[in-house]
Amino acid sequence: MSQRYLLALYNNFDEAEAVVRELRNTDIKGFNPDDDLIVKSPIEHPEVEEFLGPKPVKVQFFTLAGAVLGGLLAFFLISGSQASFYSQMKGGKPIVPIPPNMVLTYEMFILGGVYITVLGFLICAGLPAKRSPLYSAKVSEDQIGILVKADDGAAAVLKGIFTKHKALEIQEEAGR
Amino acid sequence: MGKDIREDIAWAKINRDVMKSLENPRRLYWVILFAAMMVFSVGVGCEIYQYSTGMGVANMNNPHMWGLYIATFIFWIGMSHSGTLLSAILHLMHADWRKPIYRFAEAMTTFSLMTAGLFVAVHLGRVWQIYYSLPYPNERGIWPNFQSPLLWDAMAIFTYLSSSVIFLYIGSIPDFAIARDNIHPGWRKKLYSILALGWEGTDRQWRNFRVTYLTVACFLIPLAVSVHSIVASDFAMSQQPGWHVTSFPPYFVAGALYSGCAAIITLFIILRYVFKFEEYMTLPILRKTVRLTFAIAMVWTYLNCIEFASVWYSHDQVAKDVLIQKATGPYAPFWWAMIFCGSVVPFAMMVKKWQVNIPIMFAVSLLLNVGMWLERWMIVAPTYSHGYYPWTWDHDQWPSMIQWGIVFGSFGWFTLLFMVFCKIVPSVSMYEVKEMVYHRSQATKKKQLGVEGAH
Repeated sequence: MSQRYLLALYNNFDEAEAVVRELRNTDIKGFNPDDDLIVKSPIEHPEVEEFLGPKPVKVQFFTLAGAVLGGLLAFFLISGSQASFYSQMKGGKPIVPIPPNMVLTYEMFILGGVYITVLGFLICAGLPAKRSPLYSAKVSEDQIGILVKADDGAAAVLKGIFTKHKALEIQEEAGR
Repeated sequence: MGKDIREDIAWAKINRDVMKSLENPRRLYWVILFAAMMVFSVGVGCEIYQYSTGMGVANMNNPHMWGLYIATFIFWIGMSHSGTLLSAILHLMHADWRKPIYRFAEAMTTFSLMTAGLFVAVHLGRVWQIYYSLPYPNERGIWPNFQSPLLWDAMAIFTYLSSSVIFLYIGSIPDFAIARDNIHPGWRKKLYSILALGWEGTDRQWRNFRVTYLTVACFLIPLAVSVHSIVASDFAMSQQPGWHVTSFPPYFVAGALYSGCAAIITLFIILRYVFKFEEYMTLPILRKTVRLTFAIAMVWTYLNCIEFASVWYSHDQVAKDVLIQKATGPYAPFWWAMIFCGSVVPFAMMVKKWQVNIPIMFAVSLLLNVGMWLERWMIVAPTYSHGYYPWTWDHDQWPSMIQWGIVFGSFGWFTLLFMVFCKIVPSVSMYEVKEMVYHRSQATKKKQLGVEGAH
């Protein structure tokens, strides 16, 4: 069955929340609220996550991997370069001195952490992204958008729910 | 004290006002830009002359090997720290009054670091050998000395600069999307479309954005502290009299935060007028910034006293001589000016009326920065003029006009970069101001409901 995208715009978070709750609680054939529902908002609003249900964030794993790899890379790069002096007289001093090497290890720990966190952010947030099938510039201004993807047959029910909650505008486009 | 921001500002108006700043600033903007270009060209001219003639024209000779260049390098590194303070530390502490002003503070961090980086090349003289400061082996496979604070410095500044740029960019993505949606078609629209990365404000994007921003903020705080501690190590790890002081790293960090906060006040006042941001960069926010600056000024003053005391009671006669020479020798006017500007002038910030008096705070912030620049010069120059041996004493060497010209030019370079940035990137974070307005209005509503319920 062919699919359809619908975008409804609302004035505030309360109205958007009511719509999302109804969409999640109503059994609509051809529409899965867990996968086919996206809320777009002009500000970061943690309550959106509450009414959308738990969705994990995995950026921290990238951070951990980046920081550890950065630190290890620094330590072994420095130690490796110092170890190449093994044949020189060091006057009793260690060939690989740990305390001063910790400074650069620390810097690279942070550098690796920051770089890979950003990479993780881009991957997890799906950026860079193409414009979604329906987009309204009003979402970046002051309105809350609810974008749904559903089978053609479910479109009328979804539109009914949007209208019931006084959507300011409903956009529709045929999916691929 | 009034509210930090009006709670009834419409979100669309926030977009309009900030977008206007990208297209239609006051005429003073162009005056500042022109003046900055003139000042910068003086610096470029001096650098070209120094480059083609040789370092001799800087009048830097033994024992004065680090002149104004290194003093100004430290000044610019220090200036960068308040962007992190205002942005990252206050973000972690949920101090939402930072929201209208943190973007330009972050930009200040980035451009200060870029300006500081120039001084490494200028000081080096042989600019083409700048790569010697990078961890890169020479043709005989010999690596640089990884135990040297100078190499730590290069790495720390690179890490700080790149992380600050990333932090600034990540935090601006939602605003680039707003700019993309609201600007007239043309090169700017294309630029914002690229920079916005296709941001649409979906729940998935915001969720990951929040964690990323918080994580990078957490990394930036220890990084900022480590950068200036390492710069302090350039001095404190040497055996030079007046520099071998244990309290140097915290002293440098406090000085950095102090000069950065003073610069934030200066730029706050300029941007507020030039871009007509009176509704966002409000007087109550200025008052909070002033109070924060005063607190840091007192920390710096305390650490200054600690430094003097540790030299005085250390029984290190040579270090003591340097201190006495600072207070009574040829550098005395500058040293006392540093004390006056850094420790006495801040008391003007205690007067409640003056905390929101724009002309007075503008003058005070400039004086604080003069004091903080003098502080860096008073760290570098007196020690070189009065070393361990009498044959190294040289109290009369004075920086040449070329040195002064390059230092002067660096202020033009910084201002130029900063003003161009503010014309291209929204200098007030639109989405965060909306969040601030939203959360505050919600809190007020809840309070009112609570009061009505009680009745």
